[in-house]
Formats: sequence, structure tokens, C-alpha cells
Amino acid sequence: MNMERFWTVLVRYESAMNVTLNGEPREVPGPLTVATLLAHLDIDSRRVAVELNETVVKRARYDDTPIRPDDVIEIVNFVGGG
Amino acid sequence: MSDPFVIAGRTFHSRLIVGTGKYSSNQVMRAAHEASGADMVTVAVRRVDFTRKTESLLDYIDTSKIFLLPNTAACYTADEAIRTARLGREAGMSNWVKLEVIGDEKTLFPDTAALVEATRVLVNDGFVVLPYTNDDPVVCRKLEDAGAAAVMPLGAPIGSGLGIQNANNIRIIREQSKVPVIVDAGVGTASDAAVAMELGADGVLMNTAIAGANDPVAMARAMKLAVEAGRLAYLAGRIPRKMYATASSPLEGVVGR
Repeated sequence: MNMERFWTVLVRYESAMNVTLNGEPREVPGPLTVATLLAHLDIDSRRVAVELNETVVKRARYDDTPIRPDDVIEIVNFVGGG
Repeated sequence: MSDPFVIAGRTFHSRLIVGTGKYSSNQVMRAAHEASGADMVTVAVRRVDFTRKTESLLDYIDTSKIFLLPNTAACYTADEAIRTARLGREAGMSNWVKLEVIGDEKTLFPDTAALVEATRVLVNDGFVVLPYTNDDPVVCRKLEDAGAAAVMPLGAPIGSGLGIQNANNIRIIREQSKVPVIVDAGVGTASDAAVAMELGADGVLMNTAIAGANDPVAMARAMKLAVEAGRLAYLAGRIPRKMYATASSPLEGVVGR
């Protein structure tokens, strides 16, 4: 393992954090923003809405809104309904 | 005859609003939407399912032609409904919401006190609120006073297909309301939609009656025609109901008399 890879793995390991995502406990790599969380989850940000600790995050703020340990995150989309 | 359907300053071509739930496939839904002629459809706001990759509902709705109306279905408190409305606003492209605050699991009747409260909060937050409510003129008046852009009394319980259960209340609600009245829920077949429109409703919202029909696309077209027919009949002004016959043909000149 080269040094660069070593440090990447170490930083990832050290900054892994636990959050609650859609009601389930989940470990995610840190540091994260809303934008990088969506990318990590392979979700198209244009099709969802995100709530962080019960407050909606505006789409324009995804890049500069950090996710912190123990955050409660809801990610929703539209489904069929009446 | 010019007869625009305007809600909160926005004009719709169709007085039929349809849902997106319970279809056997997204393809059938899209075909039914097309046949219905509706230019507003309801959608629900739910958690993204991370466990499986599903195609997006939005791939089957042409949002350049069809306006999305997010709902707050399955919310049982004002707070839940308000939260869901705010998420729907961010996920969608507008500040409109079909507001539901359910009060009872079995009937899906609304909790009207919480509904009025949630309407007030969301109107103050800049929402165009279309509340699903009971066929109760007093509640409809309170919702209008709270700033609702339309009132949406049920014809019968959601998904019941029973048709308009309290026609007189719908008429009273229409007479007293300054905002559009949309009969939301309870339609079972085309005649129910026509009755709602003949009573003076400005529009009809339905989901199960179309999605649950054996042929949803054919039923969607039936509903389109029924809503148009009912509206025309309402505007045309029906004859009074009478107990006995009045002959349509002349009484004079009958052969052999």
C-alpha cells in the first residue's frame, strides 16, 4: 500500500461517523456534505429533498451544508399517490 | 364558451385532477394520464428506498405539461403534514400542496382541527394550500378563512368508490365558497364525477377510480368526458324536478281524434 492510499484509508476510518438516515442507524464516511452524501448514496440530487435535523436543506445549500455525527437525515422523493 | 379553471391565479385546461398511485405500471399510469386530459396530478412524498434502485415516477410524467401537486397523505398531525409539505416543496417545483391531516385510520377522514391549523401555518409560509376535508360547510369556511386556495371536500371515503354521499352539502359548500371547490375522493365511476360537477364543483380529484378500474386508460377517458359533461350541464342549467309528466309533443292534431 502506498502512503497516499494509506492516509486516505486512515482518514476515512477515523472520520467515519454514525448518523440516522431515513430512520435507520448508518455509518457513513466523513467528512461529508449533503452533496457528497447524496453522491455516496448514488442519488440524483435533482429528484429528492433533504431534511437535516428536521429542517429542510435548500438545494442550493447542499454543497456547503456539512453532515455531522449523530445528525438525523431524511431523504425523500415523489412516489405514486392520490 | 370560455370557462377557465383558475386556482390561485394559475389556469388549468382540465377540471379533472388525477393521482399517480396504485397503477399496475408507470406505463399504464402515463397512458391513463394522457387519456384523462388532466394537467395536474398528485404525488406522495416518501423516504427514498436505498435497498433497491427503482425508476423514478418523474420519468413518466411530462412536467412541462403536467403540474405536480405533492400531498401530505398518511400524516396524522399538523406537524407531520407541515414537515412533509416543506419537503414536497423542495423536491418539486412549486409551493403548492394538497394538504391532508388524517384523523382516523379506517375511514381516512381528516382531523379537521389540525387541518385548519396546518393550513394557517403553511399559508403564512407562502404555500398555496388545497386541503382535503370533510363535506362540511363549516370546516370549509374555516379553511377558506385560514387562506386555503381551494377547498376539497370528499364525496365519500378515499378509495371507497361510493360516489357523492351528501350532495346537498357539496351544493352548500359551492354556494358559500369564494375559492374553487374540488370534490376529492369517493368517485367510483363516471356518473359520480358528472354528479359532482353538476352540483357545481369546480373540479374533481380522483385516483383509485381510474387506477383500480379493469381498464384504467378507458376509465380515464370516461372520467374526462364525465367531468366535461357535468360541467356543461351545470352551466347549462338543468330543468326543475317535477313529480308528474309534462308532454314533449303537441297535444293537438293527434290522428283520428
